Amino acid sequence: MHGSRLPTQPLGGLRKGMRAEVVGLDEGTVSTTLSPGELERRLIEMGLVEGATVEVLHEGFPARDPIAIRVNDHTVALRRNEANAVFVAVAGGAR
Amino acid sequence: MTQSAPMPTAMPAPAPMIALVGNPNCGKTALFNALTGSRQKVANYAGVTVERKEGRCIAPSGQPLRVLDLPGTYSLRARSPDEEVTRDVVLGRLPGESLPDILVCVVDATNLRLHLRLVLELKRTGRPLVLALNMMDMVERRGSRIDLDALSAALGVPVVPTVAIRRDGVRALLDAVERIAAGAADTVDGQDGWSEPDAQELRGYHRKVEAIVAQAVQAPSRSDGLTRRVDAVLLQPVLGLGILFLVLFLMFQAVFAWAKLPMDLINDGLTWLKTAVAAGLPEGPLNSLLTDGVIAGVGSVVIFLPQILVLFLFIQLLEDSGYMARAAFLLDRLMGGVGLHGRAFIPLLSSFACAVPGIMATRTIENRADRLATIMIAPLMTCSARLPVYALLIAAFIPDRALFGGAVGLQGLVMFALYATGIVAALLVAVVLKRTLFRGAREPLLMELPAYRLPRPRNLALGLAERTRIFLTRAGTRIFALMVAIWFLASFPGAPEGAEGAAIQYSFAGQIGHLLEPLLAPIGFTWQIAIALVPGMAAREVAVGVLGTVYSLSASGDALADTLGATLAASWSLPTALSLLVWYIFAPQCISTLSVVRRETNSTLWPTVMFAYMLALAYAASFVTYRLASALMGEPVAATAAVSWQSVIVLPVVVVAVGLSAWRYLLPATLRMTLRRAVGLPQPAVAACGGCSGCGGGGSAKPLDHSRRA
Repeated sequence: MHGSRLPTQPLGGLRKGMRAEVVGLDEGTVSTTLSPGELERRLIEMGLVEGATVEVLHEGFPARDPIAIRVNDHTVALRRNEANAVFVAVAGGAR
Repeated sequence: MTQSAPMPTAMPAPAPMIALVGNPNCGKTALFNALTGSRQKVANYAGVTVERKEGRCIAPSGQPLRVLDLPGTYSLRARSPDEEVTRDVVLGRLPGESLPDILVCVVDATNLRLHLRLVLELKRTGRPLVLALNMMDMVERRGSRIDLDALSAALGVPVVPTVAIRRDGVRALLDAVERIAAGAADTVDGQDGWSEPDAQELRGYHRKVEAIVAQAVQAPSRSDGLTRRVDAVLLQPVLGLGILFLVLFLMFQAVFAWAKLPMDLINDGLTWLKTAVAAGLPEGPLNSLLTDGVIAGVGSVVIFLPQILVLFLFIQLLEDSGYMARAAFLLDRLMGGVGLHGRAFIPLLSSFACAVPGIMATRTIENRADRLATIMIAPLMTCSARLPVYALLIAAFIPDRALFGGAVGLQGLVMFALYATGIVAALLVAVVLKRTLFRGAREPLLMELPAYRLPRPRNLALGLAERTRIFLTRAGTRIFALMVAIWFLASFPGAPEGAEGAAIQYSFAGQIGHLLEPLLAPIGFTWQIAIALVPGMAAREVAVGVLGTVYSLSASGDALADTLGATLAASWSLPTALSLLVWYIFAPQCISTLSVVRRETNSTLWPTVMFAYMLALAYAASFVTYRLASALMGEPVAATAAVSWQSVIVLPVVVVAVGLSAWRYLLPATLRMTLRRAVGLPQPAVAACGGCSGCGGGGSAKPLDHSRRA
């Protein structure tokens, strides 16, 4: 995806403390109540857009869901389900 | 859609209107308070139930200005009723609302990357625009620097720094507004070029913002380390939840502990007033109207003001500090277990004070099905109006016995059980609703966790003053009118000559009580309780006062509780008292709640559904309680037992039948379809008949077909 050499993965799979860069958005695989295209637009409006740096700050309870993500200068809370629409390249490779 | 509405007709030299627009958490309300102080007016927008806050301020030159505080939004692409108002006002599309003369876009200067996109969107509307960089003091403290001239040049709008929490912090903004009002600075191209952006356009906005930030922000901002460190504790999964429950526990303690003294004072004042009026006026209808009707009736509501204020103080503290969003984060998954959204926490919490503000607070939930589910269970949270009833009955019937070696009192335990039953019932109802009527995945949670801030006493004071005003206005108008009506019903017609028993037995209220008695006998209620339930519809706590009147006592409030309690203990059986307690957990005894549900959902269907399901629950729960308690104590049940079993079967059937026919026949087909779509139900298959679902068990069969989870 996007020709990047780094392996990409959904943001929803990241664990606490991991940092990454957003490389693309694809809501196709995510089940949502929203109309097509709406989730993507909302994610962009919250700053989750290509090039943004993200870091998982906190995980909820139980099942480590939802997650709180540092996006550039602010913090956004979202569920892992919707976070899976955001594809990221993990800094230092996917570990 | 992009055509703006025609300009409203000009009034004789009105003060220019400036509208504050901004993201949530940008300090917009603090700025509004700094501009207008106490010169604020809170009302509703015409036709919608979104709060409209307008204030006045005087510019340095003496020019008066009107200031409108619009609901916070990330985008003009509205997603909730609040955000629609912001969009429609900005675009001049809201009927009855004049187009603002100047838009002030308020942004959090520490987070330009996220907030500047709204500025670019607002610029497209072609309206005169000023950018207020709020919280500039924070920028400096974090070691960042913003080149105001470069920012202004890049955006093409005047940029002023503001510090809403400082006295002189809005001076520059007022100067800029005045320059525009005088036509000195022209930022208008007059063309409304805004259209709803798609994902690619949003990305375009973002690239532009990135370029502007790179140009104008000279030192990279260090992230807020304090917020992060605090969150490491408060958002820690287990510890964080523990702290949240501790905060809630303290809050409820405070609601009872802090409010006790002012409530006693109000009660003393009312008793004094009542005595004074009773002594000062000749015996007769006017005396009775003023003392029994107005002072006792309105007073029984006003006495809750301290409790409501304490609760609102806590809620506002939690909100202003930024903790409320964390609470929603912590509870999202747990509440998801019953299909509720994390944001439903705030309305449900408010509902412990009163379901009316709680239901109004559901506006922040964007998805209609999620919002309706929250509205439907909000009245099951034990509101403060139920307290007097609980307190009276518990004191009268539950022995004051210590349990577990004195650690817990039996009375307190019963009170807690009543609260807990309400919460558990709400969760169960939520599960049922989300599995049937409001099926479907939950609305996504996408929520900014704002940096922690110290709440400002001034903002808290202004908020509480507004609450007090709204509450007292309500007590002085609607509740006043109801009390007069109730007094009339309970006093006329008077008892005939030589009649035995209380005069109220012969009044309209007494007749209503006797009329209802056969219906309520199966759950152990007497005709006196039946009388109390009717005015209790207006306000639950009034039932206490009515019982007092019915049992021919003249005292009120706490003084009443002592004597009335003893009277009740002597005349009711324990099963009857327990049955009434349980009834009060569920009964839809509140016209205000039902009317606010009608306004908020803009339909008569949902209040009807709410009334029906709560009534059915209350009746069933009271029935079971009464029978069970009677059986355990070996007491005979009421004489009408033969009828009772039938009525228990008949009542739910009647309720379901009425509900179904309301759904099928009373609602227009188009509205029904819209509702189904709104709550995410599958559309009925389109048949030749138009798909009225009248031939295929639309009400009962559908939920079963889809009982598996999506």
